[in-house]
Amino acid sequence: MLRGLLKLPQVRGGVHPVGHKDRSAALHILDLPLPERLYLPLRQHAGADAIPVVKVGDKVLKGQMVAVAPSEISAPVHASSSGRVVEIAEIMAPHPSGLKSTAIVIETDGEDRWIDTGVSGDPYDEEPLTLANRVANAGIVGMGGAIFPAAVKLKQGTRHEIKTVLVNGSECEPFLTCDDRLMREKAEEIVEGARLIRHILRAYKAVIAIEDNKPEAIAAMRAAAEPYGMVEVEAVPSMYPMGSAKQLIQEITGREVPAGARSTSVGVLVHNVGTVYAIQQALTYGRPLVSRIVTVAGGAINRPRNVNALVGTPVQHLIDACGGLNGDPAKLVLGGPMMGMPLPSTQVPTIKGATGVLALAKHEVPRSEASPCIRCASCVEACPMGLLPLEMAARSRADDFEGADDYGLRDCILCGSCAYVCPSHIPLVQYFQYAKGEQDAKRTAAKKMDYTVELSLAKQARIEAEKAAKAAEKAAKKAAKKKPVTATKPAETEAIKSPSEEESV
Amino acid sequence: MSDATVFSSPFAHTGNSVTYVMLQVCFALVPCTLFGLYLFGWPALFLFLVTCSAAVFTELLCLYWLKQPWYRVLDGSALLTGWLIAITLPPWAPWWIGAVGAFFGVAVGKQLYGGIGQNIFNPAMLARTALLITFPVQLTSWVAPAPLGSELAPSFLQSLSITFASAPAPDALTGATALGHLKTALTLEQSASDVLANDFIWWEALLGVSAGSMGETSEVLVLLGALFLMWRRIIRWEIPVSMLATLAIFSLIFEVADSDNYAGVLFHLTSGGVLLGAFFIATDPITSPISRLAKLIFGAGCGLLVFVIRNWGGFPEAVAFSVLFMNSLTPLIDRYCRPRVYGRLPGGKPLPPLPSVDLAREVKRR
Repeated sequence: MLRGLLKLPQVRGGVHPVGHKDRSAALHILDLPLPERLYLPLRQHAGADAIPVVKVGDKVLKGQMVAVAPSEISAPVHASSSGRVVEIAEIMAPHPSGLKSTAIVIETDGEDRWIDTGVSGDPYDEEPLTLANRVANAGIVGMGGAIFPAAVKLKQGTRHEIKTVLVNGSECEPFLTCDDRLMREKAEEIVEGARLIRHILRAYKAVIAIEDNKPEAIAAMRAAAEPYGMVEVEAVPSMYPMGSAKQLIQEITGREVPAGARSTSVGVLVHNVGTVYAIQQALTYGRPLVSRIVTVAGGAINRPRNVNALVGTPVQHLIDACGGLNGDPAKLVLGGPMMGMPLPSTQVPTIKGATGVLALAKHEVPRSEASPCIRCASCVEACPMGLLPLEMAARSRADDFEGADDYGLRDCILCGSCAYVCPSHIPLVQYFQYAKGEQDAKRTAAKKMDYTVELSLAKQARIEAEKAAKAAEKAAKKAAKKKPVTATKPAETEAIKSPSEEESV
Repeated sequence: MSDATVFSSPFAHTGNSVTYVMLQVCFALVPCTLFGLYLFGWPALFLFLVTCSAAVFTELLCLYWLKQPWYRVLDGSALLTGWLIAITLPPWAPWWIGAVGAFFGVAVGKQLYGGIGQNIFNPAMLARTALLITFPVQLTSWVAPAPLGSELAPSFLQSLSITFASAPAPDALTGATALGHLKTALTLEQSASDVLANDFIWWEALLGVSAGSMGETSEVLVLLGALFLMWRRIIRWEIPVSMLATLAIFSLIFEVADSDNYAGVLFHLTSGGVLLGAFFIATDPITSPISRLAKLIFGAGCGLLVFVIRNWGGFPEAVAFSVLFMNSLTPLIDRYCRPRVYGRLPGGKPLPPLPSVDLAREVKRR
């Protein structure tokens, strides 16, 4: 309460799940042997599918662009090793439903030969927009799991005043240690990346936020950041979901991002350490995003550790490199246990947003039978957004989406803290995802409807205008026969103007 | 949507369960219950066992009728309801009082509303109030403490006849509760301060060697259980503190203004079931509000009503009535007192965007 009065930062709620990080954090990142085939899905990012620019039979080099982004909010895909395109077909995508998605299949030739990356000169001499475009061409997306194209965020610097570049190294999900390992092993590259982003955004400073349960990473980053005054390393308390952008901003700056606004509205831009590393690689060496660090962990994995996997490597390949499975896993998860998604099979490829592959043993997966809500309000206390999950769930379950919205469905970040603590084991997040999906569909339908109405109105107006114009012409001709008058002209122009005005509304 | 297989995250859980929550509350009730059983002997134990088993049996019966899975009984809520009813009854009440109370509490107070989580009123208090109105004599026949092994304590066989054959309690043992005594004295135009000066010893009241319900006489042991629950984060401080504080403030004001007619703070806080009510009854999650402000309002309402009914109402004790009344207001309080959402003003509007002057200003951390 006192902190509230003094306007000091305080992240509300949150939970403290058991970390399970020790085993995978202890070992160095392992470079995987080349897989025989790479499966590159055309959608590994938020936005529209990339469009293939190679055909079956083409030889490709590592880092060669094989699919281009159709729009700004999308990302290109690059060949992650050299080889031959053998197929462009539907494969099982990393999606819980086992949906198919189009992918470019590359048979590797074992040479792993890079394309000529050709970067010359100091990136600090370049224009920020040029650098941002390079990041866009490197196919870099948010590697913390958000998969939002990184370049779109970098271009915000021209439109907003950005004070702080926040590098998110908090990694609050249990089991995951890929960011931890990356920070320990590539500290200098990450600091360099942070400086480059600061340069692109013309921000005042960069803050690298790391949870205090990673002392080695903090030490490594502090040492690497020492020579640069405007790169600070901050230890933040360990709790879930500290790694959520909104909560991290609150912790670091003491400000809350207004509902419905972006973090730029409080002068902050957040990038995950993996993204920062990828940006540094792209700008310094011209290397597009072709690999990432993935944590392979869980009770059913024999030797949990972090691997450097090429994008498109089948998940099975990652598991094999970590000693395989010890028995049947109860659940395969892509990402962390709190926000990750269940994998339909181990044959799906690794994608850019894959932070981890978890094979959870039976005792690690909660029993799923739900009992009625006892209104204990554990979820309310755990919610970092200050929502009432129990009320939202009750309404979502009854398909009362307006009611759920009224109780904050739109503000929900789906972090899962509520379901984690619920003594009744109610699948709260499932309800919210369902309700959010339905609401999205409704909004899309409404937009479509509005657009249709707008179009038909415009058409009607146009037809009427044409009619009026014809009538006016006729009248003018008639009048001209009798005697020439120009009085009808203004009415005519007015009639033609009106539809365009309506359209612009 | 249907309750189909869960596909969604999170794939982790604290391991907490409803059963665990309920059993912890029962555990917190153990000290004061054991003390009550010791104080009032075998009849109390019989009544306690009958009430608890009747509650569990009723739950099973209802689950069978309502075609619910039988293992729902394992959530422990019925046991807790029975337990709470038992310890708020006069300890020597006949067995059927406990049985009827438990049946009413579980069947009408909970299952008729749709089972656990759906009831508006606290089932235990609903049962107690129903009993008080239907069987006022049995519900107001108090006995003085006759600890097990003491001279006055009834033997095992005598106790059986007290509980199961409604044998009258020996005259030497019948007595009124402190609250009842005060109420009678006030109607006889005695001054409250005189009555209390003679009869009320606060530390005795605190320890609980006095006539009263089975488990609510010892304030110290109730507090012990309450501390356990707070430590386990099962109950929060808001409701008990605001309830007790409201009661204390009002009794203080009236005591200072007119000590002839109004008893003091200590008397009110240590008498009757106010502590048990504040920590174990009013905090029932199902029937109390959710957000902090709402909890404070709820507790204050309970405290105020206890004071009003005790002093100006027809009954000497008021905790059950107050809690039930506030239970009925819970949905309304919940509706208007919601926590502030991240990024929004208390009313629900988004925070205003930061002016660039503010943006440029450094925020000091910690």
